Amino acid sequence: MAEDAKDLKTTPLDGLHREYGGKMVPFAGYSMPVQYKAGVLQEHLHTREAAGLFDVSHMGQARLTGAHAAEALETLVPGDITGLTGGQMRYTLLTNDAGGIRDDLMVTQCGNHLYLVVNAACKDADFAHIGANLPDGVKLEIIDDHALLALQGPKAADALARYVPAVRHMVFLTGGAHKINDIPCFITRSGYTGEDGFEISLPASEAEGFARLLLSEDEVMPIGLGARDSLRLEAGLCLYGNDIDETTTPVEAALTWTVGKRRRAEGGFPGSGVILGQITDGTERRRVGLVPEGRAPARAGTDIQDLDGGAAGTVTSGGFGPTVDGPIAMGYVRTDLAKPGTRVNLMVRGKAQPAEVVKPPFVKQNYVKD
Amino acid sequence: MSVYFTKDHEWIRMEGDIAVVGITNYAQEQLGDVVFVEVPEAGTRVDAGGEAAVVESVKAASEVYAPMAGEIVEGNEALADDPSLVNSAPEGDGWFFKMKPDDAAALDEMLDEAAYKALLADLD
Repeated sequence: MAEDAKDLKTTPLDGLHREYGGKMVPFAGYSMPVQYKAGVLQEHLHTREAAGLFDVSHMGQARLTGAHAAEALETLVPGDITGLTGGQMRYTLLTNDAGGIRDDLMVTQCGNHLYLVVNAACKDADFAHIGANLPDGVKLEIIDDHALLALQGPKAADALARYVPAVRHMVFLTGGAHKINDIPCFITRSGYTGEDGFEISLPASEAEGFARLLLSEDEVMPIGLGARDSLRLEAGLCLYGNDIDETTTPVEAALTWTVGKRRRAEGGFPGSGVILGQITDGTERRRVGLVPEGRAPARAGTDIQDLDGGAAGTVTSGGFGPTVDGPIAMGYVRTDLAKPGTRVNLMVRGKAQPAEVVKPPFVKQNYVKD
Repeated sequence: MSVYFTKDHEWIRMEGDIAVVGITNYAQEQLGDVVFVEVPEAGTRVDAGGEAAVVESVKAASEVYAPMAGEIVEGNEALADDPSLVNSAPEGDGWFFKMKPDDAAALDEMLDEAAYKALLADLD
């Protein structure tokens, strides 16, 4: 994406990023820190050992209001949304009529509305799409006056509980309204690193002040997009635009678990014919984890071959996993090669590099479930 | 001892008729934490500006180019075990390869230290 610096949007934490030595890069139309002074490796390891603070204010936040908001959203996603009880949160997908994925998003049932968080690069299209497909009485309110902070890592709860003691009692994938020093905020116990953690939506004008408080805690270090990417890859989580897009279905993407049981019986979401058919009949390709032998990372776009040299698929995310301490990747392979333990070759710079198919994640997930 | 630089942020140090090649401190700072390096084998022919080595950070892969045509006489095997040498000692133990230039006159087209520093000043 060719973007002039002057055309880039900034988040409410822009000044703070620069103060902490953030190396700013264009991302989804925003100027964002790819790393700070510590560098991607240390930032990644620190998040797995203590706590990392991420600015994710570029992501899209919105409220869906109206008595039948959940029913309305179910016409656009395969997830069970009407089944969410107050405070429950769910990962789901906006699908297209061909069964492809328009975006992935988080939905939280807040009682009188649903709270949505969508990807930065997709947010304008998502909100236009959702807004254009709502019945009378259901409204989409875009939240553009709030920042979004993610605090991730095994010590995130310790740090945040000093300001909001109640967060200790939350379980993973729940959310609720809280106050931080009298500032109203919405906190979910969630994230995209494979670690325990929280996402905090708060008024833009208050974001820098609270980010400074969190950064003053011994456990907390600022973390850039570089480590965010290596953390989510180790956790086996999909990056929209790389691992999933309009041409990949939830079944191919090994996200069949996001299609609710009732939704499988009833259908009624975009592409449901294709997706439900694939759940029954299978697909020709499937997203898998890949562990290359040796040390050379296999990046997105690397061709995958079977051991006879036949085309087998493509790497969609790949790099070095700092916690794994070696190269890891995800990609799509022919279904006959998707079984864990299968050997394939990754064609790195024209040379066949042996790799083993695995089931992600590549690190143990540390979610607080009870 | 003469050290030369390229606009691609490589350094070349002549030891007799052998050129030792690495990347500059500025280049390693731009790359970030180096996690993998692939160096050429002895005997490999390289062209001026041609791909000679690969250096990968957590985030991305980059090429290291041969500053001039010639033959590789040694790749730095230490980088396979400890790629972080590129970060900790970019202009010392983190060298990439040694080569015998076809024509040492190619060095005349390289930047000297003052010219390279001026180039860096323009980038800031």
